[in-house]
Amino acid sequence: MSEGTDTTYGEDRNRAHEVAPLAPREFGRWAWRQLTSMRTALILLFLLALGAVPGSVVPQESVDSLAAARWRDQHETLAPIYEKLGLFSVYDSPWFSAIYILLMISLVGCILPRTKIYLTAMRARPPKTPRNLARLPEYRTFTTEADPEAVLDRARQVLSGYRVDRHEGSVAAERGYLREAGNLLFHVSVVIVLIGFAVGSLFGFRGGVIVVTGGTFANTVSQYDEFDPGTLFDAGGLTPFSFSVTDFDVTFATEGREAGMASDFSAALDYVATPGGETRSARIEVNHPLTIDGTKVFLIGHGYAPDITVRDADGEVVFSGPVVFLPEDTTFRSLGVIKVPDASPQQLGFRGEFYPTAGFSMETGPVTVFPEAKQPLLSLQVFVGDLGLDDGVPQSVYALDTDEMEPVKRADGRDFRVDLSLGELNFTGDPITDTVTLPDGLGSITFNGVEKFVKLQVSRDPVDWLALTGVSLALLGLLGSLFIRPRRVWVAARREQGRTVVEVAGLDRSSGGDLADEIEGLVAQLEDRAHMEDGR
Amino acid sequence: MSHEQFELLSNQAVVGCAVFYFAALLAHVAEWAAARTVPVAVPVGVGASGGGDDTEVVEESTAKRDRFARLGVIATVVAAGLHLLAVVTRGLAADPIRVPWGNMYEFTLTATCVVTIGYLLLYRKYSLTWLSPIVTGFVLVILMADALLLYDPVVRLPDALESPWLVIHVIAAIIATGAFTIGGMASALYLVKARWLDRSGEERPQRAGFRGAVAAMFRNYLARLPELTQLDRFAYRVHAFAFPIWTFAALIAGPIWAQAAWGRYWGWDPKEVWAFITWVVYAAYLHARATAGWKGRAAAIIAIIGLATLWFNFVGINFFFGANSQHSYA
Ligand code: HEM
Repeated sequence: MSEGTDTTYGEDRNRAHEVAPLAPREFGRWAWRQLTSMRTALILLFLLALGAVPGSVVPQESVDSLAAARWRDQHETLAPIYEKLGLFSVYDSPWFSAIYILLMISLVGCILPRTKIYLTAMRARPPKTPRNLARLPEYRTFTTEADPEAVLDRARQVLSGYRVDRHEGSVAAERGYLREAGNLLFHVSVVIVLIGFAVGSLFGFRGGVIVVTGGTFANTVSQYDEFDPGTLFDAGGLTPFSFSVTDFDVTFATEGREAGMASDFSAALDYVATPGGETRSARIEVNHPLTIDGTKVFLIGHGYAPDITVRDADGEVVFSGPVVFLPEDTTFRSLGVIKVPDASPQQLGFRGEFYPTAGFSMETGPVTVFPEAKQPLLSLQVFVGDLGLDDGVPQSVYALDTDEMEPVKRADGRDFRVDLSLGELNFTGDPITDTVTLPDGLGSITFNGVEKFVKLQVSRDPVDWLALTGVSLALLGLLGSLFIRPRRVWVAARREQGRTVVEVAGLDRSSGGDLADEIEGLVAQLEDRAHMEDGR
Repeated sequence: MSHEQFELLSNQAVVGCAVFYFAALLAHVAEWAAARTVPVAVPVGVGASGGGDDTEVVEESTAKRDRFARLGVIATVVAAGLHLLAVVTRGLAADPIRVPWGNMYEFTLTATCVVTIGYLLLYRKYSLTWLSPIVTGFVLVILMADALLLYDPVVRLPDALESPWLVIHVIAAIIATGAFTIGGMASALYLVKARWLDRSGEERPQRAGFRGAVAAMFRNYLARLPELTQLDRFAYRVHAFAFPIWTFAALIAGPIWAQAAWGRYWGWDPKEVWAFITWVVYAAYLHARATAGWKGRAAAIIAIIGLATLWFNFVGINFFFGANSQHSYA
């Protein structure tokens, strides 16, 4: 609808080229016109697209904090600069926000005047028939015997769906008034989507937690491994549910080219919606979350938690229980650490790999040959010293701080490694047992079995429907805006030398319009009818 | 038939349709070569002197041209049939059977099929003879690259992909991609023709031999392209068709699926970022067409940028950032 836009926006657009005036009031109006011009909107759209690019190249804090941390370690000179530029959280950065806020202002500044114009245009009658129809983009003429009045009556009938005005000797018709409404709806919906996003990220939260099967979880902030609340989120408002993970199932394909591929994950939960309420059971799967009072629990990952017991030199148990090892890849080779602060005489730490079904070759050392825990192997390095748990700095449970620790050595000076299996592995002639005694009277470590863990995501977005409704409305508006063809048609008929000269002309006001066919059709219908009347 | 046999059939159908695309391309090249004698660019005055002879040449070559054009379209129809067969059997080859778009190979196979089918559907309505060599050449090249570089054996879908929203999301994304591709071709031709018109005033040395023949073929091709306004309008129509579908695929169906699978509607994962970028660039294209000073050439360039971001998202993201993206089909 280039013509249409020209009439409503052309003025502003042309004035937007003027040089900035100096008087504050004039300057303000000038700046506003600049900001709300189509050209600025276009440039801001480009900036938005361009600004989004770095977020796909540099690892984002909010998407994958581990990757972001790794990237920082690898690029020591660049990292501080990137940090300053907000490149690790592009989509919350001041400059990205500036772009979309400007775009929103521009958008609102664009919608309001257009809505005002539209409200009057909506009720407008079709423009009067121009004097010289032949100058319009589409023009046909023919002569007939029929009476001019009859032709015009007929035109009025044929132009159904048009808003039609009957003038002296002509008919003026227009249709497609809803196009502009669609376009406005689209742009308003874009604002709604943004509001939905903003409200959701202000008042909602997202948290991640790893629970070993058999373990329990209560919905309080302290129980989360990661917790990402909105700025205005009220932690007291967490739904007070709790659940235990009773079971986790996964099927690994055992043969064919899909061997090792995992599928059909499902976790069984027993949950209590409010403290003291009745216990209910549910299974959650990928794509099938559990909703408890508007809070959703998603299954997003799984892995193994070897069950370990550590004893001191006297045989006293100083550590016992399953330890989460995080999978590194689809073969489920997993990494983890065991911290034993209660060991005596010194604290103990273990760090190493878990192989669910271990294989071995001299070249590669231990590898996983299958992701299911059929022949598990634990291979750990042992440290003694101070775990650093008491100096007040919070530590990740997945990392060992070895600053104050020494690796335990063998008699020959090489690092002492603990290899543990459940009793059936033997790669090098020495059977790998389930218990290993540590040197220097440090005690022993036993591998009791393998538990599974699930990684759950818990989230609540109080208005998650708003953004989605916004997008759907936007789509509706867009369809109207793109496919409703606003057009004007005029038919004039006059008597000349005993015959009726009929002129048909049209103007398409959409950007993709092709009016020729429609005018052709209109002419055909008018001629047809006129001929029938001729023949009578 | 067993799943393995279906897989084999699918691969054979790909080879078969490539052969027919190649035949179609040859026919269309011959069509434009045959058009050489049509005196479109004949300097004024020459036609008038040798009137009778000229008309005869024109008629003969037009008939030949039409014959080649028809042959090309028939070959394309056969190719499209085989192409569709390749897509369907690819789905039947999986166990359990599934929609045939679990990896890049399958996605590209289907998207190129949509390009061909879209072109054939619009062929008559918009008299797309001028688009034939471009479509057949493009689909042939992409299909070859797909089969040689991206081929992956059939496997089941990962759990996260097993959702009706995936099917809806991907169908919409593929249709939009096919349509944007056709629209991008028209925009590219718009730019080529605009440039050619700009320079047509310049004197250029006539080349002889093979290069001269190729240059003449190009000239004839460009001269017979629709007028700039018509190219622009066709491009707009196709883009206007594709844009709402892309909006639906990327901003509605995609997020609904992501919510079900990963617990968030939108997470700025690289694939999502680029789907968003594509959307914004095409919104800019639609704006540009309504903005003074941006109509025409600038709008066409924006459309091509949009297409570049779209295909980059498909292929580039998987290659460069595969490990970072939850969408990666590794
Ligand atoms: C968030 C930013 C925006 C987006 C995503 C956006 C998107 C779109 C889209 C997709 C269209 C095509 C619909 C059609 O052709 O009918 C469109 C049309 C239009 N937009 Fe925007 N827009 C945005 C901001 C703006 C702003 C700030 C203005 C005001 C200057 C504006 C003014 C218009 C106008 C006048 C049209 C009608 C163009 C025509 O007649 O074809 N838009 N917009």
